[in-house]
Amino acid sequence: MNGQRTFFYQVGTFAVGNRLLDPAMRAGQADPDRANALTSGHRACQGCGEALGARYVLDAAMRATGGKLVVVNATGCLEVFSTPYPETSWRVPWLHSLFGNAPAVAAGAAATLRAQGRDDVRVIGQGGDGGTVDIGFGCLSGMFERNDDVLFVCYDNEAYMNTGVQRSGATPPAARTATTPVVGDRSGNRFGQGKDLPVIAMAHRIPYVATATVADLRDLEAKVAHAMSLHGARYLHVLVPCPLGWGTASGDTVRVARLAVESGLFPVFEAEHGEVTAVRPIRRRVPVADYLRLQTRYRHLFTPTRCDDVLDAIGAVAEDNIRRYGLIEHRDVEHREVSP
Amino acid sequence: MRSQIEGSRAVAEAVALCRPQVIPAYPISPQTHIVEALSERVASGALHPCVFINAESEFGAMSLAIGACATGGRSYTATASQGLLFMAEALYNAAGLGLPIVMTVANRAIGAPINIWNDHSDAMSQRDSGWVQLYAESNQEAVDLHVLAFRLAEELSLPVMVCMDGFVLTHAVEPVDLPDQAGVDAFLPPFRPRQVLDPVAPVSIGAMVGPEAFTEVRYLAHVRQLEVLDRLPDLAGELAALTGRRISAVTPYRCDDADTVVVALGSVLGTLKDTVDELRDEGLPVGVVGVTAFRPFPVRAVAAALAGARRVVVLERALAAGVGGIVTADVRAARPGVACRTVVAGLGGRPVTRASLRAMLLDAVADRLEPLTFLDLNREVVDRELARAAATRRSGPAAENILHDLAGGGR
Repeated sequence: MNGQRTFFYQVGTFAVGNRLLDPAMRAGQADPDRANALTSGHRACQGCGEALGARYVLDAAMRATGGKLVVVNATGCLEVFSTPYPETSWRVPWLHSLFGNAPAVAAGAAATLRAQGRDDVRVIGQGGDGGTVDIGFGCLSGMFERNDDVLFVCYDNEAYMNTGVQRSGATPPAARTATTPVVGDRSGNRFGQGKDLPVIAMAHRIPYVATATVADLRDLEAKVAHAMSLHGARYLHVLVPCPLGWGTASGDTVRVARLAVESGLFPVFEAEHGEVTAVRPIRRRVPVADYLRLQTRYRHLFTPTRCDDVLDAIGAVAEDNIRRYGLIEHRDVEHREVSP
Repeated sequence: MRSQIEGSRAVAEAVALCRPQVIPAYPISPQTHIVEALSERVASGALHPCVFINAESEFGAMSLAIGACATGGRSYTATASQGLLFMAEALYNAAGLGLPIVMTVANRAIGAPINIWNDHSDAMSQRDSGWVQLYAESNQEAVDLHVLAFRLAEELSLPVMVCMDGFVLTHAVEPVDLPDQAGVDAFLPPFRPRQVLDPVAPVSIGAMVGPEAFTEVRYLAHVRQLEVLDRLPDLAGELAALTGRRISAVTPYRCDDADTVVVALGSVLGTLKDTVDELRDEGLPVGVVGVTAFRPFPVRAVAAALAGARRVVVLERALAAGVGGIVTADVRAARPGVACRTVVAGLGGRPVTRASLRAMLLDAVADRLEPLTFLDLNREVVDRELARAAATRRSGPAAENILHDLAGGGR
């Protein structure tokens, strides 16, 4: 396991501390009156990226909607760790129905609000990558296509973590999962197209699609706030490292998420009506190996011998992302500033 | 108002009178005419402010209804056959969450082989889902049951399935009397659930319940279902004041001195009653018991209706492969010790004729009926297939095997 050193200040980040910002620009989480939509006491693992992401997303949405929010949750870690009956960590109206139907349930809630003239109450659907890109995909695509007034948030930890780390349609190439084992010269998950859900969402020409990570929570909050200023179907795809499933140190969640972006493997961008409108440029590009090496799900790429061919193939994926989204070259694509 | 109208249209009118707020729907025959008529009413503004949603699947439709209902909206949908099965997971969920969704099931067979015609395989497969199941004998009863269903559902916090025979009822044009809006409004108050998704009072719904409480939750679900039987007579009485027609969980017909009684559900009851009338005229003591409420099963009412019977025949429009009857097991539990025969009839839309019922009843009265009989089964076809299969045991679908053998193929 990776050694952990403790710092008093974050390292490797370019983020500006809240104290230096105009109060109106400060993070929602800096507000003592933040909603705490997902409050303390839940059963998430130490260092859970999903718990971190969900709290920021929902608190930002609560702030953006003046607390008029309804949340529908797919089955998964987030549901299980937050609501062991008779307890709950949610301080928002929250409904869990099934694994594969959260987008439809959320759309149904929005329909009632419309029928009852309560359009000021907004709806968020949320789930993991399994509930989004695999089992919930039919309902999600239907919700997109009808342009239902729902923001759907996918917390992507790249496998079925709740059931014990099995491969999902969002599992990246070469990653070891319980169902893509490393046996002999079989090297974890096979290479393929995978399911690039942000791009599939864009193909529906919905009003807003964005990606984000828990490494840049200010960016995540801004995207939620922007999404809640719009109506119709919106999609937010948040990369949330999972210490258990990825084999990363609990203290490395934010760092790993940052390296996913800085390596080019996870492009951070926004799109409106099917067109990319903004990208988050890579500030200091790192080799994909820097990102992969921190995760035991990729250990077989480094020991007993280094698999340069696989690392090169993963590097090519990153290179393709950088080219496709202009993550380095096109620094002139302006990142949208958040209005106070 | 009495009018000559298609069954599906009549049901759509009845649902409209109940002022639904959200109608998600996915097309499947023979249910389509119902939601087509409702989409028309929503589009014209006649059902304002109701929202009609074209779902991407039946699973999606039921899930939309779950979200709509949990947010406090009166929700309705309709389906049949494969569609009901595709909803299965969401059906259990809606029942478990206590969401009073009302749904029409235009009963249709389940494939393979694919078959769009009427039987009860679809609804019967979901009998343990926690939904109340009410079976309509006629289009008039279907209309009355829908109005009743919303009230029953919302009072008891249970979803209700109104089952009506596909095509036989849904596509039949016959006189139907529709209640007036003021009457329905008086009978059915606005939907005001105890718990809704509302920022004013946030609640968590659908939490994970472990071994320490799951049994209690399930027990209460059972008790709540049974309460339907206690509440039904009062509500049926209130509705009767409006319509002049009274719905009962169980309806005996000429059973008083009958020693042979047929139990059945749905539209076949009409033909059965005609057959019984005919046999009564000939002096045979036969009767019919119509079961309207199949879930919860009205054990006491069925037992009372069958109290004088020496022989019971359960006419089933569905088959539990490997056992035979489905309703039979419940009827036996209601009248233990009485000879109970199962007759499987009308599968996949095969007509259940008076002639066949008459012959079957004569067999029953003469104690010639086997424990399990398939009405009008083509013995020649099945015997040939059974003989072939006995000679060569290989995998293959039965329907295609029969065709292959008819064509004289030797594989």
